[in-house]
Amino acid sequence: MKVRMINRKPDRHLSIFLTLLPFALVLLAYVVGSEIRLAANPNDKLLPGLHSFADAIARVAFEPDKRSGDYLLWVDTLASLARLGCGMLVATLLGMIVGVHIGLLPLFRAGLLPFVTVASMLPPLAVLPILFIVFGLGEVAKVALIVIGITPVIIRDISLRVEEIPREQLIKAQTLGASSWQLALRVVLPQVWPRLIDAVRLTLGSAWLFLIAAEAIAAQSGLGYRIFLLRRYLAMDTILPYVAWITFLAFSLDYLLRRTQSLLFPWFSAERGR
Amino acid sequence: MSHVTVSKVWKRFGTQPVLENINLDVEPGSYVSIVGPSGCGKSTFLRLLLSQEQPSEGSILLDGEPISLEPSQERGVVFQRYSVFPHLNVQENVALGLEFAQAPLLGKLFGRKKRAILDKCRGYLDSVGLDAARDKYPSELSGGMQQRLAIAQALIKKPKVLLLDEPFGALDPGIRADIHQLMLRLWRETGMTVFMVTHDLREAFHLGNRIIVFDRHRTREEELPYYGATITMDLKLNDNDPLKARAMEHYQNQNKDGFALPELQAG
Repeated sequence: MKVRMINRKPDRHLSIFLTLLPFALVLLAYVVGSEIRLAANPNDKLLPGLHSFADAIARVAFEPDKRSGDYLLWVDTLASLARLGCGMLVATLLGMIVGVHIGLLPLFRAGLLPFVTVASMLPPLAVLPILFIVFGLGEVAKVALIVIGITPVIIRDISLRVEEIPREQLIKAQTLGASSWQLALRVVLPQVWPRLIDAVRLTLGSAWLFLIAAEAIAAQSGLGYRIFLLRRYLAMDTILPYVAWITFLAFSLDYLLRRTQSLLFPWFSAERGR
Repeated sequence: MSHVTVSKVWKRFGTQPVLENINLDVEPGSYVSIVGPSGCGKSTFLRLLLSQEQPSEGSILLDGEPISLEPSQERGVVFQRYSVFPHLNVQENVALGLEFAQAPLLGKLFGRKKRAILDKCRGYLDSVGLDAARDKYPSELSGGMQQRLAIAQALIKKPKVLLLDEPFGALDPGIRADIHQLMLRLWRETGMTVFMVTHDLREAFHLGNRIIVFDRHRTREEELPYYGATITMDLKLNDNDPLKARAMEHYQNQNKDGFALPELQAG
């Protein structure tokens, strides 16, 4: 019997197989490519074999660095996550506060929305030199880059989400005697929290971009700093695991946020499911 | 009590009048059904009563006082959709109105006070038949249950006037009959004044003791931009009014959603 493509659905096993397939294909392509190049030149640095990765990972993760005595991978991870966390925290708080004001209060919308719309067009990386000049080469400039890049996006997203709350709900709350403050607290904010998680998930990708760009230019530690440093030595055996590690961290953060959302806001997925 | 007086009310959007010269005096405890073709300002009129919009001219008085400029606790409302809060479960939805009054700063009560108002809510939930569902979220409720929840939520504030904007329009006929009984009972128990916009004439006659028809009195194309709708018919009915019985019979047997009222005009 002929079934349309749009109606063909994988069963559980096929689904797992299809999930793993592209990962396996990329890995296979790498291993084959690496074998071919190493066969031609055992000292090839471009596509090192899997055992070189194991050595490199052991070196950066489990042995202290010969010069500084640090366990590089963990020091770098901690430094990067601290910057990312600070930046995202400030951006999220600012974005939430300003976004709810713009979405809910017409006076704030009139006063701030055009400004935020213009500010969000500012290319953050173009501002990076200014940040380094103003804040120096320390942590502040890197965190500030993330804040400048992410905040306008969160503000605009949150204000749109607030405006999406049906007018009827705001009217109803007023007929129940709510003040603006109570209405924001009991009707708007609880419905915006899960959407804020969505906004954070979507902006995390850009946040990583800004973080690594800032670290590449001026830093003493950090995942971005390390891979740009190692580039000078063509140390692909370390760079590739670092890139995989960054990807894994980003994926884990995204997964944690998604789990948090469905745990804390069970009503939200039910609403969205409609 | 809850005497509503509407005098010389006009509503224009730009230069287009939507409602023109609406005059209406509604006695306390009336159940006013508002009917009329689509786009003739029924819902606009309800929004004026709610202060969701302001009249361009004229005044609306509640017990002799002008109604406030924004929605207030005196006037409860149930919309066709989105009347309940999706992030609160059933009993929290009902408790909300009391929490706003008792907790000005947080809008939320805790501990003993919270338990006290939840007890109070259960009385209301019981009366709309939702006590068993009190821990569910609105997304887990059927359309009829959501509307009953919206009614309980509004009633807990003891509004003088209850405004219903096609509240039962999206419900199945069987469920609608149940909720009609519920609505009539609650109306009689509370003695509040009800305004209900509806598309369903049978519903209008079944529930209302006063039927108001909004329609345009000038319908030629070149007149449309200059004239709005007004009240073209105003019927007061008591329970055993033969007119009501006849109308109900007529619309039970025939087209439920038609708007022509030939037999009524003849009678």
